[in-house]
Amino acid sequence: MGVKRLTLAASTAFFAMSSAAFANKPTDGGYWLQDAATPVMIELTKLHNFVFWIITGITLFVTVLMAYIMFRFSEKRNPVPSKTTHNTMIEVVWTIVPIVILLVMVVPSMKLLYLQDALPETEMTIKVTGNTWNWEYSYPDFEDQVESYISNPLEKEDAGDLYLLKTDAALVVPVDTKIKVLITSSNNLHAFAVPAFGVKMDAVPGRINETWFEVLPGKEGTYFGQCSEICGVNHYKMPIEVEVVSKDAFKRWVANGGAFTKSAALGGGSVTAAQK
Amino acid sequence: MVATPIKTGGYGSHDEHDDKPGFFARWFYSTNHKDIGTLYLIFGIIAGLVGGYLSFMMRMELAEPGIQFFENGHQYNVFASMHGLIMIFFMVMPAVIGGFGNWFVPIMIGAPDMAFPRMNNLSFWLLPVAFICLLVSFAVPGSASGLGFGGGWVMYPPLSTTGSPGPAFDFIIIGLLAAGFSSIFGAINFITTILNMRAPGMTMHKMPLFAWSVLVTAFLLLLALPVLAASLFMLFTDRIAGGTGFFDPARGGDPEMFQHLFWFFGHPEVYIMILPAFGIVSHVISTFSKKPIFGYLGMAYAMVAIGVVGFVVWAHHMYTVGMDVDLKAYFLAATLVIAVPTGVKIFSWLATMWGGSLRFTIPMQWALAFIFLFVVGGVTGVMLANAGVDVALHDTYYVVAHFHYVLSMGAVFGIFCGFYYWFGKMSGYLYNKYIAAIHFWLFFIGVNVIFFPQHFLGLNGMPRRYIDYPEEFEKWNQVSSFGAYITLAGVFFFLVMLVEAFIRKRPAGDNQWGEGATTLEWTLASPPPFHIFNTLPRIEDNDDGH
Repeated sequence: MGVKRLTLAASTAFFAMSSAAFANKPTDGGYWLQDAATPVMIELTKLHNFVFWIITGITLFVTVLMAYIMFRFSEKRNPVPSKTTHNTMIEVVWTIVPIVILLVMVVPSMKLLYLQDALPETEMTIKVTGNTWNWEYSYPDFEDQVESYISNPLEKEDAGDLYLLKTDAALVVPVDTKIKVLITSSNNLHAFAVPAFGVKMDAVPGRINETWFEVLPGKEGTYFGQCSEICGVNHYKMPIEVEVVSKDAFKRWVANGGAFTKSAALGGGSVTAAQK
Repeated sequence: MVATPIKTGGYGSHDEHDDKPGFFARWFYSTNHKDIGTLYLIFGIIAGLVGGYLSFMMRMELAEPGIQFFENGHQYNVFASMHGLIMIFFMVMPAVIGGFGNWFVPIMIGAPDMAFPRMNNLSFWLLPVAFICLLVSFAVPGSASGLGFGGGWVMYPPLSTTGSPGPAFDFIIIGLLAAGFSSIFGAINFITTILNMRAPGMTMHKMPLFAWSVLVTAFLLLLALPVLAASLFMLFTDRIAGGTGFFDPARGGDPEMFQHLFWFFGHPEVYIMILPAFGIVSHVISTFSKKPIFGYLGMAYAMVAIGVVGFVVWAHHMYTVGMDVDLKAYFLAATLVIAVPTGVKIFSWLATMWGGSLRFTIPMQWALAFIFLFVVGGVTGVMLANAGVDVALHDTYYVVAHFHYVLSMGAVFGIFCGFYYWFGKMSGYLYNKYIAAIHFWLFFIGVNVIFFPQHFLGLNGMPRRYIDYPEEFEKWNQVSSFGAYITLAGVFFFLVMLVEAFIRKRPAGDNQWGEGATTLEWTLASPPPFHIFNTLPRIEDNDDGH
């Protein structure tokens, strides 16, 4: 009982600290998932935390049991070993119980999978192309207004603390909008990943993969991700920067021909202000 | 474990002619399963040191942000790729299957040698050739960015075709084909030996679990490695200018096809590495509990089940490639199934210890640590099986932590467990248990310090195969790199232990572990005579085994 309460307290503290952390990028010294900005990531975090409880419980159970056995049945305390090699009842139990645990797990797991991977009706589409070694973004819905553009990583001098995350041109998307992402590659494999969105999809030459996200209202801001499939010498150096702006700001951005993407210093809030 | 009658010094172990061939004939033309096993073990240690050096350099590079030791990202990728390939194909597999398998499978089933001794010789000698090919690849052009092949151990095209035009990758293909054939020959040998050469009375259901584990592993090798060979060959012809286009979308191919082929081999490969370790740990747990293994049949058939199910779960390595959602749902469910037989094994080990009379010898320490670490690595596997969650964790350090817990700490702890269990039997000498204990504790602490923080890095989003990273990831990377120093010190004590044992030459005796050690190798002298079982042992039908 004491052990159980202790672990309860420990993991409560764990969760409390993780949710307090600000994260649309990795947290300094962080040890938990980045904060969710989309419904999918919220569900993903919930499932992760649920499974985390189960696997931590299993690990503790085995460890404590093993420690007890090591204590109780050491040569000193138990000089004469038993010869028991069978107990059908217990063998059935340790086969059935894991199956039950897995069944409990598989239901929310399938729910998350279909939420994430069966695309809903989306409101707009963006296209992402992985190159060696940068990303190219285009807006098929606004082809006439916004030209496709390349997003290059910034060098250390310009990026400062955000080196290997910051780019010279973010992908700009509106908040509170279901967005379909089409992903492909012009040469090697890459993977388009934004941890806070719960999005990771390989960019494969000759294929167009699709995924989706919808940034929740009030979650405007800049989000960072990194290429997540080995693609050669600069694999580490093709970050993904997503600028989530209000619907109005996005409309103005489109009307402007995607103008402010060329200015590196703009944050989500200041964009709206500048446009006013 | 199945009780077999013990007659110490029996089966003519001392009274037969023990004339060994001269040095060159003995070690270079060797057809003796014990000598070949020894060669495999020496080879595994050398390859392990090379692979360990590569990983140590990576940890040094990652200790702080920025690029300190490597020329560029390509060179780092070369080290990462070669670390994986060398550790898997040239350290773990040769050690558990070639080394312990050759040494102890024939002895445990009461056979005088392997079924095809000359093919056994070929199996071993293909490996140094293969290893030389891999080492050569370091020094020849790989891509435009430098020498060597930096496409990851998974070798996905197009990075391994158009992305690495230099000859470096061709050397790797040739080397892996040679290593693959070595394993296929080994598998044929083990299957034939185990099915046909068991001593009178040694039925399948009396066979020691290590022999069972090698039998299942051999079937996995036989079925999985030809697929690797085929896909390597397809890469090879794809790479030739004007050659085939299996994986080239411009010519009607599909790069994802390679991933399916690769993981159809790659997932069984995971079990190829861990199943023999299961077998070793079963013997050690049973010996030092002074109890037969609990639920012997369940243990044997759990391995069979893991082997079978292991063939139908491969695409859980590919949740982010853009597969159909229903397909992902299938692979999710199938993958979770593996947790059940794995659980049976863990609980059966605990039940074997329950009521036993435990002695915490060096091999037993490795075995207990194995169980704990394998549980930690296993449960994070359950996390990763959930396709939805895997989207956040795929190709991050969480995955790196997971597979190092099951391999670097599962398979490798199994190897050390077997090494310390059988060292006296193989060499005839006792090791210094204090040096061995220092090795164990440094290693146990070191690998945990390296790999546990990597879960945090992965959850927080740090991708794999990065030479440099945003500064937010610095803290846990620093901790992880510190663990590499501790582990390195552990390796040093392992080597000291070896040298000390061979200098001191303390005789080990026929059965150094006493009454718990019931398998046939403990009836022979240490080291066993060159030719064993000239009179086949007869396994009595005493039913107290199970």
